[in-house]
Amino acid sequence: MLLRHTSKEVKEREGLTINPAKTCQPIGAMYAALGIHGCLPHSHGSQGCCSYHRSTLTRHYKEPVMAATSSFTEGASVFGGQANLLAAIETIFSVYEPDIIAVHSTCLSETIGDDLQQITRKAKDDGKVPEGKHVIFASTPSFIGSHVTGYANMVAGIAAQFPVSTGLKKNQYNIIAGWMEPSDMREVKRLSKELGVKIVLFPDTSDVLDAPQTGKHVFYPKGGTTIAELQSAGDSLASLALGPISAEPAAIALEKGCKVPFETLDIPIGLSATDRFIMALSKVASVQVPDEITAERGRLVDVMADMEQYLYGKRVALFGDPDQLFPLTEFLLDLNMKPVHIVSGTPGQRFEKQMRQLLDERSPETNFRNGLQADMFLLHQWMKNEPVDLLIGNTYGKYMARDEDVPFIRFGFPILDRIGHSYFPSVGYGGGLRLVEKILNALMDRQDRDALEEKFELVM
Amino acid sequence: MEQITILEGRQKQIFEKKKGVAQPDIACDTSSLSGSVSQRACVFCGSRVVLYPIADAIHVVHGPIGCAAYTWDIRGAVSSGPELHRLSFSTDLQEMDVIYGGEKKLYHSLIELIEQYKPKAAFIYSTCIVGLIGDDIDAVCKKVAKECGIPVLPVHSEGFKGTKKDGYKAACHALMKLIGTGSTEEISKYSINILGEFNLAGEAWIIRQYYEKMGIEVVATLTGDGRIDAVRQAHGATLNVVQCSGSMTWLAKEMEAKYGIPYIRVSYFGIEDMSKSLYDVAKYFPDRLDIMEAAKEVVSEEVKSLYPSLQKFKKALTGKKAAIYVGGAFKTFSLIKALRSIGMSVVLAGSQTGDKNDYARLKEMCDEGTVIVDDSNPVELSKFILEKEADLLIGGVKERPIAFKLGIGFCDHNHERKIPLAGFVGMYNFALEVYQSVMSPVWQFAPRKGGTL
Repeated sequence: MLLRHTSKEVKEREGLTINPAKTCQPIGAMYAALGIHGCLPHSHGSQGCCSYHRSTLTRHYKEPVMAATSSFTEGASVFGGQANLLAAIETIFSVYEPDIIAVHSTCLSETIGDDLQQITRKAKDDGKVPEGKHVIFASTPSFIGSHVTGYANMVAGIAAQFPVSTGLKKNQYNIIAGWMEPSDMREVKRLSKELGVKIVLFPDTSDVLDAPQTGKHVFYPKGGTTIAELQSAGDSLASLALGPISAEPAAIALEKGCKVPFETLDIPIGLSATDRFIMALSKVASVQVPDEITAERGRLVDVMADMEQYLYGKRVALFGDPDQLFPLTEFLLDLNMKPVHIVSGTPGQRFEKQMRQLLDERSPETNFRNGLQADMFLLHQWMKNEPVDLLIGNTYGKYMARDEDVPFIRFGFPILDRIGHSYFPSVGYGGGLRLVEKILNALMDRQDRDALEEKFELVM
Repeated sequence: MEQITILEGRQKQIFEKKKGVAQPDIACDTSSLSGSVSQRACVFCGSRVVLYPIADAIHVVHGPIGCAAYTWDIRGAVSSGPELHRLSFSTDLQEMDVIYGGEKKLYHSLIELIEQYKPKAAFIYSTCIVGLIGDDIDAVCKKVAKECGIPVLPVHSEGFKGTKKDGYKAACHALMKLIGTGSTEEISKYSINILGEFNLAGEAWIIRQYYEKMGIEVVATLTGDGRIDAVRQAHGATLNVVQCSGSMTWLAKEMEAKYGIPYIRVSYFGIEDMSKSLYDVAKYFPDRLDIMEAAKEVVSEEVKSLYPSLQKFKKALTGKKAAIYVGGAFKTFSLIKALRSIGMSVVLAGSQTGDKNDYARLKEMCDEGTVIVDDSNPVELSKFILEKEADLLIGGVKERPIAFKLGIGFCDHNHERKIPLAGFVGMYNFALEVYQSVMSPVWQFAPRKGGTL
């Protein structure tokens, strides 16, 4: 047993994190920047950071992931990284020819005090940014927040640096994507189209990180939000931010910069969160919900009813990122299941507040914790004390699932050992249906595996 | 195909072997240009991969969470016993730690960890910002070692302080502190250490078995399926056998200087190099002819069963072309030979960390027209793969999807190999994997090599 050393007794730890339920900011910034068309993410730090982020994203998506690095050396860390970044910007535009470079910082460049705003401005002033090309930036120190914070910061950077308000409003709405899979972004676009609402979705990694095989390796795949779309976002009538932690900061930036009002929603995972998303979009754009979407909803509810006897009371432990955990927990409650333990490595009081709100009435005894030392070691200890029927989380959950012999559903980031997440959405009613199917398969396969012969049932 | 520019300043790191043309030495051993999409990693990465397989030690990453998260159990270095190396420990430094220093946090973390896991030793890796905020990790390590009674070894692997190779060196430096602290009383005169073999997919076990069949005692494997006690005794071996020249030659040289242990360089990939690595060890013990006899027997037995099984692959693969882009240059040499033995030629050969001598040798080995690159990037790799019409790419995690997008076969010869590629059985696995990927039916349905279906 790989985790044989995990003790049952939970002790407060002073500094140590064991088996983290998070990673650092820059990878989130890199992922967000990949959702802009023609954009090359740039990591302002040591070479290793960029390499690790690209490798992790590649393992998660099985796709090439392109990003450049400032390749810090000892000199750069003494004299500052300005020269490296200026040189990098020049090289990138002349060799890799992106439309946009999205620079994010690292713990190293933040600690030595590099000011990305000042350096990128200098690059423009010095004529290192060709006409019609852009350099944007986000400050993403690894010692604050988590990968989710990095994503939020880069999306906020995009929202602050591209949209312009021309004074003429456009009949369109912004949807700011929280950390979702390409499949989810594709689904959000489909649902908006069904509703007949014109949207600008950003970032949008569909057709970037789920690109088809073409016989070519292209640096800038066809997907991603375009510059024109991003600029027009300043003239949109309103924004919907999908994700209080990962998307709202961008909506705030856009309101500040271009006076576009916004509403924050959960990522539409599961029935209730999807209901709120569809209602919000139909209300803000004054459109009727079409029959097709109502039917999609009906199919999900139908399955929830059909299978309720296999779901009720089932105890679930889940871990991951706040914006996914909120609607997922709510969905489990809607399915009459029992969220028992919830852990997120991403710090911030909003997690505590929103979870409490969600659980206070419906499941007050649920254990939840986020931030420092809210890691998988703690979750595993909790599971040893109060066992569960199902574990939901990213790939790293497989150790706990194996040791405790608990059915396991992969959900979240990163998923390094299965495919599907980039192709099949978990948002929308269809995504809810997929989640229910996964949950049922995990539980019922286990039931079949463990059933005594006389109780081994054909019809379930 | 479309014209792709070579990054300015990179020309010196690329050349094509041409007859009768005087060619300059390749530029290598340099840090990457700012702004390149380099496939390389950092100092920390180098240290982490070298020490990672030591399974009864804890590996604590002192820094913000990322460095620990990205290196959590990503290398399939298997252990026959303890598996502490597969867990992820971090001090998860926060903003306040960056301002006020992280020494206290490190100290408490270590005390907590050692109490919880009772390891044989602890390795403490310093990451970029530790080098900046000036934590004295040597002092913390010393203090904890004294209090807990186990070796607590600092690994100075700040990411920006050089290349991956410097990370190898920092790791070896930590190992040197352990070597020489164990008893060597019972160690035979006919003994070796296996250096630079990391037991990916159980490869060290295969190699060890060959040597043991020859009557050679293997004192320590550095670091595959590694144990602290074995490392401590490593100075008792008569000979160091070094694979993966990049990571362990430094250690071999240090051990030679300090303990008078000579070393030889070997490779376990392909029939030719695998056999040679057994013969070379046997030759080192001329007073025991039976060792050479046993080596010959191992080789003949293995080859007898392997050779016929390779013929099917060779028949299908003859005339196919391969591109190689791997971490160390030494591996490239073996791969060229191994590929030739199954009928394939090499049209692109490169490494992330090769040195001048490596590239000179590579030039000598390669066919006319072969492109040789140091520290390449995806643009160049795609360009040369298409230009040279390669059918296969051998590389690591970041190269895999590029090969598949281009519609050619791929073999992971890096951390993510799932089957042993070393040893005689490894040659069979390698040929099988290459064959399956290059000849896969999926390519009937895919647009290939920059063209259309």
